[in-house]
Amino acid sequence: MLGIIIGVAAVIAMMAIGQGSKQSIQTSLSGMGSNMINIMPKGNEMGGVRIGGSSFQTLTMLDVRAIQRDAVGIDGISPLVSSSGQAIKAAKNWPTTITGVSTDYLHIRQLTLQDGIMFSETDILTSAKVCLLGKTVIDNLFANGENPIGQYIRFNQTPFQVIGILTPKGQSNFGQDQDDIILTPYTTVQNRITASTIYLQSILVSAVSLAASDSATAGIKTILRETHRLRPDEDDDFDVRTQAELITMISSTSSMMTVLLTSIAGISLLIGGIGIMNIMYVSVTERTREIGLRMSIGARGIDILMQFLIEAIMISITGGLIGVLLGILASQFVALFIHWPILISESSIVLSFFVCGITGIFFGYYPALKASKLDPIEALRYE
Amino acid sequence: MSKIILDIQNLKREFLMGEETVRALRGISFSVSAGEFVTIMGSSGSGKTTLLNILGCLDKPSEGDYLLDGVNVKKLSRNELAGLRNTKIGFVFQAYNLLPRTSALENVELPLFYNKQFNSDQRREKGMKALEAVKLSNRADHTPNQLSGGQQQRVAIARALINDPVMILADEATGNLDTRTSYEIMALMQELNEKGKTIVFVTHEPDIASFSSRTIILKDGRILKDSLNENKRSAKEALEALPVSDDQ
Repeated sequence: MLGIIIGVAAVIAMMAIGQGSKQSIQTSLSGMGSNMINIMPKGNEMGGVRIGGSSFQTLTMLDVRAIQRDAVGIDGISPLVSSSGQAIKAAKNWPTTITGVSTDYLHIRQLTLQDGIMFSETDILTSAKVCLLGKTVIDNLFANGENPIGQYIRFNQTPFQVIGILTPKGQSNFGQDQDDIILTPYTTVQNRITASTIYLQSILVSAVSLAASDSATAGIKTILRETHRLRPDEDDDFDVRTQAELITMISSTSSMMTVLLTSIAGISLLIGGIGIMNIMYVSVTERTREIGLRMSIGARGIDILMQFLIEAIMISITGGLIGVLLGILASQFVALFIHWPILISESSIVLSFFVCGITGIFFGYYPALKASKLDPIEALRYE
Repeated sequence: MSKIILDIQNLKREFLMGEETVRALRGISFSVSAGEFVTIMGSSGSGKTTLLNILGCLDKPSEGDYLLDGVNVKKLSRNELAGLRNTKIGFVFQAYNLLPRTSALENVELPLFYNKQFNSDQRREKGMKALEAVKLSNRADHTPNQLSGGQQQRVAIARALINDPVMILADEATGNLDTRTSYEIMALMQELNEKGKTIVFVTHEPDIASFSSRTIILKDGRILKDSLNENKRSAKEALEALPVSDDQ
């Protein structure tokens, strides 16, 4: 009984904690922008010399609008233009990159504001000189404890008013500092810094979900081939990329977690089952005389078998019930005191309950069979 | 002559103990008619227990025939034997063998659980009737540890009676009881016998045997003596004759 209780409780608790961790790992992985689709100009040959894609200028705001209008399964799009330079605030300065984006950018990159506001569509239309700063830039330009909101900084020659602060994101997987960032309307970069108003460096799109990103990619390709008026025999003059590496990582992580959880659950239930078998063996031995008596007053082998089998199933189901309650309690306890994310799924409860019944039958069968095969004479005389 | 309940012919039972063959019964023949009260006596090793096991359909003879109420036991399977035990024989054991933590009534009803003809109401009714027959209907809800040894044995007798068996088979049923209680049990047995129950009682006490109508004495797997009891004692009178001071 205790074995099955502990077994089931362990399964429920492990599943709850495991599922919770799995979900939070997935959330944090998708927080890295797993739904992101990156569209870049494609490298090409020009007079025999290969030139990198970024030197090419094929993407324009027309493309952005076409995708926005026609693509299926996307929930955000932002053009991207950037320029390197020196950010200056009073006596301090810091070499960084200013990135011109649209308002969707925060959603696409899963960025949040720690303070202040995002720039508006009006700011984009008017090429407003406003910016959002990442933590690294703030640390290098402002004194400790100084509030940057409302203050002015310069990027090269251009003054910008700080209107928001981005929540720190830390380093990316590749060692890139994601907080070394200045965001501003893309029109501001185009009109006031690079003075290149037609072409975009890239376009960022976010698909509604990880699953939708493949079909969205295909749709975007078709749309871009149309807007670029490419003949069927011509190669794409752009490159559409998803976060394939991230996606692989996410799916391998979740399948690893699943295997881990399943094996823990399996081992716990196996132990519980062996517990039941032991209990039943002891029960059969202890009650040998009773079995002998029952047989002498007319119980057939099958009657005894059923009696002990039903007993085993009752034990395991009762144990399972207590175990489920205990497991839920334990996982709530973990959630309350250790602040781990937990997720109690109905399927894990139903599954462990079901497995409990099966365990009862499977491990109860042998002791019950042993009982039913006892010789009544021997059993009656058993001390 | 009344109906023959139990008929054994040249019964032999051998056990193989390693290399050796132990002959527990070496050819026994006797028959018991309805309404008889037979005691089977013998010292240990005389084959008493082996005979009892065979009579109780717990064991089968190696040779010879055993007919219980006209059924030849030798040809039956394990399950058929169980059915026979359930309907034709009522067992009473030396150690009572009641289920602990189970009320007297439920203990009495137990054999009916293995007889599909009866529903729970009928079980209850028959159980109460059997308890009345042993004068314990007022203790129906008591568990065995709330009953005295004699009362427990009476519950066991009620359990043996419930299926209305053709024969009550008692194995040293008074062995665990003091003289007075033994006499009480024997008085009950005689009463049941007078109502027509056939009783086969295994004992090694000549005192107890004197209450029966017939005594079979076994020795070394053979019948040494099979005699009708000329001066059968009444257990009730014997009970009254016991000095009262025994109680104090």
